[in-house]
Amino acid sequence: MSNNQNTEKSRRYLNPYLGGVLLGLVLLAANFISGRGLGASGAIKSVVATSIVVVHKDAVNTMPFMAEYAESHSGSPMRSWLVFQMMGVLVGGFLSGALAGRLKLKVEHSPRITSKRRLIFALAGGILFGFGSQLGRGCTSGSALSGMAVLSLGGFITMMGIFGTAFALAYFFRKNWI
Amino acid sequence: MGPLAPYEIISENTNFLLAFFIGIAFGWVLESSGFSSSRKLAGIFYGYDAVVLKVFFTAAITAMLGLLFMSLFGWVDLDLIYVNPTYLTSAIVGGVVMGAGFIMGGFCPGTSFCGAAIGKIDAMVFIGGLFIGVYGFAFTYGWWEKMYFAKYLGEPKVSEMLGMSDGLFGLFLIIIALGMFYVAEWAEKKFPREEY
Repeated sequence: MSNNQNTEKSRRYLNPYLGGVLLGLVLLAANFISGRGLGASGAIKSVVATSIVVVHKDAVNTMPFMAEYAESHSGSPMRSWLVFQMMGVLVGGFLSGALAGRLKLKVEHSPRITSKRRLIFALAGGILFGFGSQLGRGCTSGSALSGMAVLSLGGFITMMGIFGTAFALAYFFRKNWI
Repeated sequence: MGPLAPYEIISENTNFLLAFFIGIAFGWVLESSGFSSSRKLAGIFYGYDAVVLKVFFTAAITAMLGLLFMSLFGWVDLDLIYVNPTYLTSAIVGGVVMGAGFIMGGFCPGTSFCGAAIGKIDAMVFIGGLFIGVYGFAFTYGWWEKMYFAKYLGEPKVSEMLGMSDGLFGLFLIIIALGMFYVAEWAEKKFPREEY
């Protein structure tokens, strides 16, 4: 049965080492073309910055975090490399899922928990990840992965912080996953 | 000679257009590796699915080696490539908060967009949470500002900190990764679980 499973698995998803090499080449291309790594949370920050300024024009003056951001993004915060890259991620993810027959509206969760519980934890996890990505100046993509590729000490530390903490807390959330 | 955009070989608008195409490739690889599934992602923390570890470290090593060799051949100027600055306190605390978010939510920001792109409702809710978290940080920034800038070390490389060349550190990283891959393969056999 396990043989069968493996064939099924390999048909559905890329071999992880091949996927890793391809992801590494994409990251290398980003560095060669644009002189920077990949990212995700920065695009969310751009949307947040834009929305705050729309609602409250003086936000840039009254909120130091936004002022710092506006300084580094002359013009609109939406004219940002990461915003365009994340739009691409949505397209690329959709195309890959469509070709593999994985497009389906659903809540994915362990059979041992309800959809509601899964969604509550997804929301809580998202809030923490969003907050942490701002404090840590980038998420798994921008800080950990891209930082490691350029041997940044901060990238390695953030990577160990993310995975170390998740491992340390895994026992308490095991019901959600296994 | 790269990097192209900082050398102004390509215009800003071209750079943004290429960012979109790089994003397509990024999203494609993440999704086809299974990163649109939170249960696959969380598998690394229980040993039943180590795809995160394998993809993540293979990618980091591939890009690192690529940059080192391109620099060696004079194809890319590493001085013009962005190296993430190191603020020790916020790197650790931010990483810990993100780690808690990871085990609870099952996604990280990039993978949640892949999940949402193929219709995972849990991924869409996670993205909603990301926005709340970023707003929360922006509005309470005054409370964290001191921590945000604490223990600034500049832009040090790990290799410099350890007093070895980039290449030698790269070799150590590859050996460590191979060791982790070996453990990962063993764990996946020991804690098997059906595919979904």
